[in-house]
Amino acid sequence: MAEKNKTMPPEMKEKLRSRYNEEWRKKLRKSIPVKERMKISRQKMPERDPFERNQDFFEVNRGLSAKAAVEEAKRCLDCANPQCVMGCPVGIDIPTFIKLIEMEDWVKSARLIKETNALPSVCGRVCPQESQCEAVCNLKRATGTPVAIGNLERFVSDFERDAGQVAVPKLASPTDRKVAVIGAGPAGLTVAGDLALKGHSVTIFEALHVAGGVLVYGIPEFRLPKKILEAEVDYLKSLGVELKTNFVVGLTATIDDLKKEGYDAFFIGTGAGLPNFMRIPGENLVGVYSANEYLTRVNLMRAYDFPTYDTPVFLGKRVAVLGGGNVAMDSVRTAKRLGAELSVCVYRRSRIEMPARVEEVHHAEEEGIEFHFLTAPTRFIGDDKGNLKAMECLRMELGEPDDSGRRRPVPIEGSEFTMEIDMAVVAIGNSSNPLIGQTTPGLEIGKWGNVEVNWDTMATNMKGVYAGGDIIRGGATVILAMGDARIAATEMDKYLRSKMRQTKARPKKKS
Amino acid sequence: MAKILRRERLVPNIHMIEVEAPEIARKCQPGQFIIIMVDNFGERIPLTIGDWDVEKGTITSVFLVVGTSTHKLSMLEAGDEVPVFVGPLGRPSKIEKYGTVLLAGGCFGIAAIYPIARALKNAGNKIITVLDVKTNYLLYWEDKLKAVSDKMFISSRDSYYDCKEYIPKTVDSVLHHEGRIDRTIAIGCTYLMYACSEATKPHNIETWVSLNPIMVDGTGMCGACRVTVGGKTRFACVDGPDFDGHLVDWKELFIRRKSYFDDEIKSLCFWEKKNLP
Repeated sequence: MAEKNKTMPPEMKEKLRSRYNEEWRKKLRKSIPVKERMKISRQKMPERDPFERNQDFFEVNRGLSAKAAVEEAKRCLDCANPQCVMGCPVGIDIPTFIKLIEMEDWVKSARLIKETNALPSVCGRVCPQESQCEAVCNLKRATGTPVAIGNLERFVSDFERDAGQVAVPKLASPTDRKVAVIGAGPAGLTVAGDLALKGHSVTIFEALHVAGGVLVYGIPEFRLPKKILEAEVDYLKSLGVELKTNFVVGLTATIDDLKKEGYDAFFIGTGAGLPNFMRIPGENLVGVYSANEYLTRVNLMRAYDFPTYDTPVFLGKRVAVLGGGNVAMDSVRTAKRLGAELSVCVYRRSRIEMPARVEEVHHAEEEGIEFHFLTAPTRFIGDDKGNLKAMECLRMELGEPDDSGRRRPVPIEGSEFTMEIDMAVVAIGNSSNPLIGQTTPGLEIGKWGNVEVNWDTMATNMKGVYAGGDIIRGGATVILAMGDARIAATEMDKYLRSKMRQTKARPKKKS
Repeated sequence: MAKILRRERLVPNIHMIEVEAPEIARKCQPGQFIIIMVDNFGERIPLTIGDWDVEKGTITSVFLVVGTSTHKLSMLEAGDEVPVFVGPLGRPSKIEKYGTVLLAGGCFGIAAIYPIARALKNAGNKIITVLDVKTNYLLYWEDKLKAVSDKMFISSRDSYYDCKEYIPKTVDSVLHHEGRIDRTIAIGCTYLMYACSEATKPHNIETWVSLNPIMVDGTGMCGACRVTVGGKTRFACVDGPDFDGHLVDWKELFIRRKSYFDDEIKSLCFWEKKNLP
């Protein structure tokens, strides 16, 4: 899908420049010569022992110590032309927050991030920094190892929360405009936060019983603890955002119904909630899961604590997870934690084509996860009771690059082999959830079931209705969804304010 | 949180709940279902909607007590609250003027066919209702259904009612006697729906069933509820729950519904040990 060609808005440029030229900042820059800064090595994120952590669901990364965070912050060269900011889909003022860490002003640093990112402790954990801000870091160009921006983001936002320093920022004066945000995932939460700060009255409608979307049903506890997310959602509530769970827009009420109830603008952030399957024989055997179902059972419904929690999940002994993305990594590592003797990732391309974050693949390997690259399943085989007992696979080799630029896997004839497994998790992506499209007459839907938007404004073809995240992209990352959401929020604010002016232009009612 | 306004045992092992849910009641149409989670440790389970009242803002659902969730649910009292009560989910049943419609219901399905019968009756159809119970004291909502039916038959395994047969035989004999049936709708346990579909197949009568696979989110996100219909995988929660009974892969559905059989027993034993004297 077409990506927006990013240029920095002038007001953002202005802000960065003026902060760059503040006296404390100049002094700090001069306090350590660039050469010295470049000599400091990247601070390692402390991790729990792989064979201890693969037995439980507690977080893998322990977080930097304050001392390590300051050391890491010193590595940042505070460039005059910071590429990292451009690499961030939500445009965080990265150098300033890092320099505040160097000053040991943790809280100020955390609050600065929150000006542009409503979910910093989430992003500090799950963003693929290595392909965004850290990928374009000037220090990377100079030394090969970028500043650990993600780890620092995580450090300050955790500090602010753990120290009880989270404060409600000053909100813009109330505009009396009502916004309905559909879906409490990363996109929806971001829009809600941004618009609440701008003085609009925001209600989030969520189909599930907990806010967070993929952050709560998909990403496991060992990567993103629920209490971290809860704190971020509580922060949004403290901004006045109303959260209506157990409400399926499209079914409990349609967008048209909500319009009649007085909502002025809408944001559709319903995500890619429709799991893809491979359409191979035996896919409906007992023991074959979609990653969504498997992870939802374990994360949202807490099946890892069955029977204390009522929802069960299969405890496969020999588990194959199909796919090479982050969701596949989450699934294969979850299976290991639930007692699998063999937990193997089966991917049809090779390691370098894997869409998963390098860190996740690395963690998985440490935990004893096996990888079968260049392997594609061709059918699932069941026993006479309909339970999965094996999977037939085919070896692949890489051919010419396809549309995605990655080399296309081509089957090697006669290379069939069988893997004995008792559980499989299909993690090959999602399609767009159809509910909003089906129930919103007039809304333009693309050929993949995605909601069509103008990529500059995130506006749909319906006036006042915007969309972002996986419902327009099909299946991407948390931070790209949040990036869409920031653009949408800015545009929605403009839209709502223009509507206010129109209303004001009308003769006032006598009161 | 949704408030339980009434919980009543209709017959042994089958209970009715009336829940305060004005938003759901406003949108509800025949054939839809809700997902309920009884407490914060609970499972999300689907229940077919048996009736609703827009003015009172309530949803009524009838359920058979089988596993942990339904046991817990059967012990709630008026005033209690449940953390999840979401809907109306699924596509509504198609209500058109078909002519003569035969509605077959058993177990919780007796309640589930009621709103469909009522809507079809209002659409000008001739309604023939066939209800199935194991024995006479397991029948409920007889009067409600009678009021929306042109004819009603009841089959049971004792000699109390019209026929001492399992429902498909009754369906079969109704088909013979009525001469013409334009459509059949069957709701109840999987076996009942399967058997009714088999009974109407030789007569080539379009038969719709409301499938009840295991669900988790109920909005298409997880794919737990996938069923094979006409050789294609469909999600019962967003593509259904109504499907053409002659095209359903029943064997697969039977197996998938039993996926967690052992766990369900384990869960119930665990709960009983903790909660029952």
